[in-house]
Amino acid sequence: MTAFALDREMEATPVPAATPAVDCSDVSVRFTTERGTVTALEGINLRVPRGGFLSLLGPSGCGKSTLLRLVADLVPPTNGSVAVLGEAPAVARSRREIGFVFQDAALLPWRSVLDNVRLPLEVGGGRAGPGARSAEALIKLVGLAGWEKAYPHELSGGMRQRVAIARALIYGPKLLLMDEPFGALDEITRDRLNEELLQIWQETETTILFVTHSIYEAAFLGQEVLLLAARPGRVRERVAIDLPAPRGLALRETPQFVEQAARLRRILETC
Amino acid sequence: MADSVVTAPLGGAFAQDKEAQARFDARQRRLLWRKRLLPIVALVGVLLAWWLAVVFFDIQPFIAPSPVAVAATLKAKFPMLMTNLAPTAIEAVLGFLLGNIAATLVATSFVLRRTMEEAFFPIAVMINTIPVVAKAPILVLLLGNGMEPKIAIAALICFFPTLVNMTRGLRNVSQEQLDLMHVLSARSREVFFKLRVQNSLPYLFSALKIAASTAVIGAIVGEWIGSNIGIGALIIQATYNFDSALLYATIVVGSTFSALFFALISLIERRVITWNAGRAA
Repeated sequence: MTAFALDREMEATPVPAATPAVDCSDVSVRFTTERGTVTALEGINLRVPRGGFLSLLGPSGCGKSTLLRLVADLVPPTNGSVAVLGEAPAVARSRREIGFVFQDAALLPWRSVLDNVRLPLEVGGGRAGPGARSAEALIKLVGLAGWEKAYPHELSGGMRQRVAIARALIYGPKLLLMDEPFGALDEITRDRLNEELLQIWQETETTILFVTHSIYEAAFLGQEVLLLAARPGRVRERVAIDLPAPRGLALRETPQFVEQAARLRRILETC
Repeated sequence: MADSVVTAPLGGAFAQDKEAQARFDARQRRLLWRKRLLPIVALVGVLLAWWLAVVFFDIQPFIAPSPVAVAATLKAKFPMLMTNLAPTAIEAVLGFLLGNIAATLVATSFVLRRTMEEAFFPIAVMINTIPVVAKAPILVLLLGNGMEPKIAIAALICFFPTLVNMTRGLRNVSQEQLDLMHVLSARSREVFFKLRVQNSLPYLFSALKIAASTAVIGAIVGEWIGSNIGIGALIIQATYNFDSALLYATIVVGSTFSALFFALISLIERRVITWNAGRAA
């Protein structure tokens, strides 16, 4: 078992450092429904460097969630090709290189916090990568120490999302995909989780793709923001966010931050 | 202080006020006792009204007995009543097991292969529309005069509610949970046991609680046709002999068994389902 895990590890390491975490070339996604064919994404070219934090921002229906699901092997591309760390998404997925945090925490209600976080180790071969950590350490990292035995219905919405984040990190994924994870939370909780997410990102050195419809969240979190336009979903612009690291919540009151947010808003109005 | 934070993480949100706490606890206790005592008071009231009605209107014993007569019969004929309860209980419990196991297996096949559901669900609905009193003679003809047709009737009566509930419970998992399992590269066996089966347990127990009482009804109805032992047979005999006290006593025995069976299933449910399925995400 251990020997097998080591084997896998050695196999996975030779990926050259220059290989982007995500590489989409000329990807389009179309869905056929009873009302006709919908083009969710059209001509997407996207490279995300390893260790980066990219926010995906756009109006509803712009395909930002579809783009995330495409990378996670939850939606197949109709045209073009997608690579995650130089492999097909399905391969990266089965190697446990992709973590996903859903909009609704998607916890299993019959499992305690600890057992929810451990779920990935019980299914799909339970393989964990070199970046894996103990469930206890991750629960502490997301600020839920002392809640290990609690059940999801005993937790608030923000706490459930923290559990979902810990669960996604348990096998040490190199790529973390987050689909509006804080969209349903109140602003105070959301602010706190935003700040904590940046710390987690720095600590774990994972690449993060973060879908949001909040301009402030996108600008505060991302090193870059990818703005998408709707019908058909396509890339409008990719904006680098020039803000000093480490970012704290007070940063959002500085003129630089306000300027960056205003710039994003102006672009968004053309989407 | 640090320890109490770990055990009760919301400890900081609660102030200590002994007097208010004592008043709150006393009120909770009062409410609990009220909940326990009211049904007993109501039952005693109904029995009293019944007894008074029999005495006041001078109702003949072959029409309706007084509760005192029923109690006397229960006491005098207790061994005979138990001898008759035994076969009914065995039939009901075996039918319950058989019907629910079959329903669970069929529900599993429905969920794994939709073709199975499309082909066989209409047949299940049709069988379910046949009244129990019509199913009973058919099964007696098929299976003879022993315990088998009674077990079959009890099983059939349990089958449908469990089939419908289990199919729903196994199928109603959220798309996000399925997506999660896909991202985790879970095998279909793992999705079934770690997601679908767990998800179906609250549904299963609602069905089992219905089945606990209907299985007993099934066994009793089965005994109405071609049987000389069992609660059902005793009901028929007592009716033909105008022995209303024995009839009522028999019904009390059957219902008590039914209620105990139901209570047992509820107890198991409470031990198995430790999470709050209604509110969980």
